[in-house]
Amino acid sequence: MSVSYAVKSLSHGARELIAFRIGDQEFCVNIMSVREIRGWTQATPMPHAPPYVMGVINLRGAVLPIIDMSARLGMKVAEPTARHVIIVAQVKSKVVGLLVEAVSDILTITEDNIQPVPEVSSDLEKQYARGILAIDTRMICLIELDALFPEKAHDKESEAA
Amino acid sequence: MDMNEIKEIFFQECEEQLAELESGLLKLNDGDRDPETVNAVFRAVHSIKGGAGAFGLEELVAFAHVFETTLDCVRSNKLEPNQDVLKVMLKSADVLADLVTCSRDGGSVEESRTRGLVKELEALANGEAPPAAEAPKAAKPAAAAPVAKPTDDSGFQPIPFTFDGFGEEEDVIEQFTYEVTFKPTRELYSKGNEAALLLRDLSRLGEMSIACDIDQLPALESIDPEASYFGWKISITTPKSEDEVRAVFEFAEWDCELEVKPSEASADEELPMIPVPFDLSSLDDEPVETVQPQAETAAKASVPEATSSVAKAVNAAVEKKESAAAAAAAAAAQNNPAAAASSAGQTIRVDLDRVDRLINLVGELVINQAMLSQSVVENDTNGTSAVNMGLEELQQLTREIQDSVMAIRAQPVKPVFQRMSRIVREVADMVGKQIRLVTEGENTEVDKTVIDKIAEPLTHMIRNAVDHGIESPEKREAAGKDPEGTIKLSAKHRSGRILIELIDDGGGINRERVKQKAIDNDLISPDANLSDEEIDNLIFAPGFSTADKISDISGRGVGMDVVKRSIQALGGRISISSRPGLGSTFTMSLPLTLAVLDGMVVTVAGQTLVVPLTAIVETLQPEASAIHSFGSNQRLISIRNSFCPLVDVGRILNFRANQANPVDGVALLVESEGGGQRALMVDAIQGQRQVVIKSLEANYTHVPGIAAATILGDGRVALILDVDAVVGASRGQSLKPEMSLAAAG
Repeated sequence: MSVSYAVKSLSHGARELIAFRIGDQEFCVNIMSVREIRGWTQATPMPHAPPYVMGVINLRGAVLPIIDMSARLGMKVAEPTARHVIIVAQVKSKVVGLLVEAVSDILTITEDNIQPVPEVSSDLEKQYARGILAIDTRMICLIELDALFPEKAHDKESEAA
Repeated sequence: MDMNEIKEIFFQECEEQLAELESGLLKLNDGDRDPETVNAVFRAVHSIKGGAGAFGLEELVAFAHVFETTLDCVRSNKLEPNQDVLKVMLKSADVLADLVTCSRDGGSVEESRTRGLVKELEALANGEAPPAAEAPKAAKPAAAAPVAKPTDDSGFQPIPFTFDGFGEEEDVIEQFTYEVTFKPTRELYSKGNEAALLLRDLSRLGEMSIACDIDQLPALESIDPEASYFGWKISITTPKSEDEVRAVFEFAEWDCELEVKPSEASADEELPMIPVPFDLSSLDDEPVETVQPQAETAAKASVPEATSSVAKAVNAAVEKKESAAAAAAAAAAQNNPAAAASSAGQTIRVDLDRVDRLINLVGELVINQAMLSQSVVENDTNGTSAVNMGLEELQQLTREIQDSVMAIRAQPVKPVFQRMSRIVREVADMVGKQIRLVTEGENTEVDKTVIDKIAEPLTHMIRNAVDHGIESPEKREAAGKDPEGTIKLSAKHRSGRILIELIDDGGGINRERVKQKAIDNDLISPDANLSDEEIDNLIFAPGFSTADKISDISGRGVGMDVVKRSIQALGGRISISSRPGLGSTFTMSLPLTLAVLDGMVVTVAGQTLVVPLTAIVETLQPEASAIHSFGSNQRLISIRNSFCPLVDVGRILNFRANQANPVDGVALLVESEGGGQRALMVDAIQGQRQVVIKSLEANYTHVPGIAAATILGDGRVALILDVDAVVGASRGQSLKPEMSLAAAG
């Protein structure tokens, strides 16, 4: 979904992004994949879950998995406080909650603002980073959520289920 | 509403008619000679034919017609419905069902099959009646156009469908004049009939003059848009008999005042009536569309409307009526007249999605109500305040709403059982066996999803029972049994579950062969010492198939293990008991609904979990003296002198690293499908509660050891334990931690 949007918006030039903060780094995602932003509530841990899955919460009757973005992006595991926020985002067919420290900004940018990702050694960064934005003196990394949570893994598992 | 929607409704109704047809034929087969049963059967075929004609499904019409002809011979007592006749008829019902399916989904039925049966049916009908004419070609009557019913005393007389043909016969036959008084009631319109169309059909029988009686038309402000105010008086001259005139109103006769009598004198001065210009010819092309303007000129929506415009009329006349109400009216109006007539209860057809949405909402309501109660209780220690009392009533109400909503989804298992009788017939024919299917408790109700999902495993089991269970007639006779085998399919409710039993009186399980086969297939070791029951249960093992030769019917290697897995996926259990030479009994126990579950809420390592109540045999507080170490890290608990392995749920689910001390917790004695009991150790029991099942897979992924999730009164998610998987894990099958959402890194 967000892929097609990105392709469409390329021609128009302007696009909107939501920027959020984890530790001392800033990231942003396409605003079209964000459903809502809500405060942190205690999650129910899942057995045998990878470290970045904090558990599940109740989002108006739906069971919503919460992903610790800090851990998912290879940083330290978050210790959520009441000031943390959850970005509820649509990733392909599923809805997930992304735990981040704070939402900092809504950015309207054009393609020209996006700089290519410099050559780095880490595969993880290469996998999700789609570009780098320079806004004032800040550096914000544009993340591709679909790449972060490939659908393939879901499909295989839900078929097995 | 477009044509496809109407067509879809027709096919839905066909399903009902086919079910009616089959159950009627089976009743006849059992010796029922009630004329009403024969009529019901006839009506079913007739309605299918009528509807099919409207949609131009010629193949279907042709076959239904021949079938109907033969049935009419039975109806008029010209043909004795003996076993042989019924055999042909049951086969015909199957073919008819196939034709309906083909008409809906495309594809075609083997022509040889249809033709063969047509011949057989015609031969039956020919016993005393003239040969049925070739199938009607002009299959173009309007949806509501009734088909003239052959009631001639001289035997069946095929009625050609071409309406144009009626006029041409006039010069040959004597003409009669009838006075027809026709006064529809409001039900006629609400069932989707249309007076104008009936009158048009009548006009095709001959010359007619018509007058409208508008005496009952009230003043404009007191007009009920859905009521019926008009009556008609018709004088018709036709070569047809009185019965044929009446037949025009066949589908409407319950919903109108109808009088047909031969005319003696001129009827002109009988009643003060205003002749209304009634241009029937204009109706021929677009009946629905032309009725509308006419209605408006007459008295602003006071004239009843045709089916599909009922909703429109309601909207026009009653301003700002809620769209849901209009939709409901439309849904009610779609009830076809024949269906309404044949079934006693009043039903409406509702989209399943709407029901599901309602169920979801009620689930939310229950959770919300629980959350509200909890926060009130926390803030109000008194416990007697008016708020508290009100909440208790609310709780009761929500419970009742939930039960009622669940009941909407509950359906009798009858349709599934009926499908099975066809499978028995076909498979038995194929393998040359004589088998009778006896069903019991078809009206046992269970949630629709459960019904939808048991059809497949049940089909498989029935095929197996016919193919492997029942012996060949020769073998049966040699064993001193009735050459005709019996398969009994029964359903009943038992302690909040539905119990489905499949009993055959065949040879039972050949344990020697099963064991040998299991050894050959490496399922067990050759020196395994198994009880009879364990051997019987081997047939559920994956990759087990006992059929010596692979047949069309069963034995493709995917066998009972698939059945077992699909039953388990429904939260059900299946077991077999078999007596050599006497037959086998398969018992399936299934939950009544897949939406809620009675569970025991427990605490494990600080987390709240729900254990399905159906799995729990008993709960106990272990004493230190009852715990025994066994081997390196196993522990057994002695319960009434037998030893049962202890399973630490927190450990299995990886909630804690070390085994908890059993004495500090509570043991839940569970019985798992894998056989045997286990004592699940949890830290504490919080209580017992009905919980709404929420899917984990929707946004996450399947988690081994966890069946689903639910939302507790405090709004938090609790996980529902998959007892079988946990027990399996305790036996060494690893709860493989599948990678969730994405492979890390």
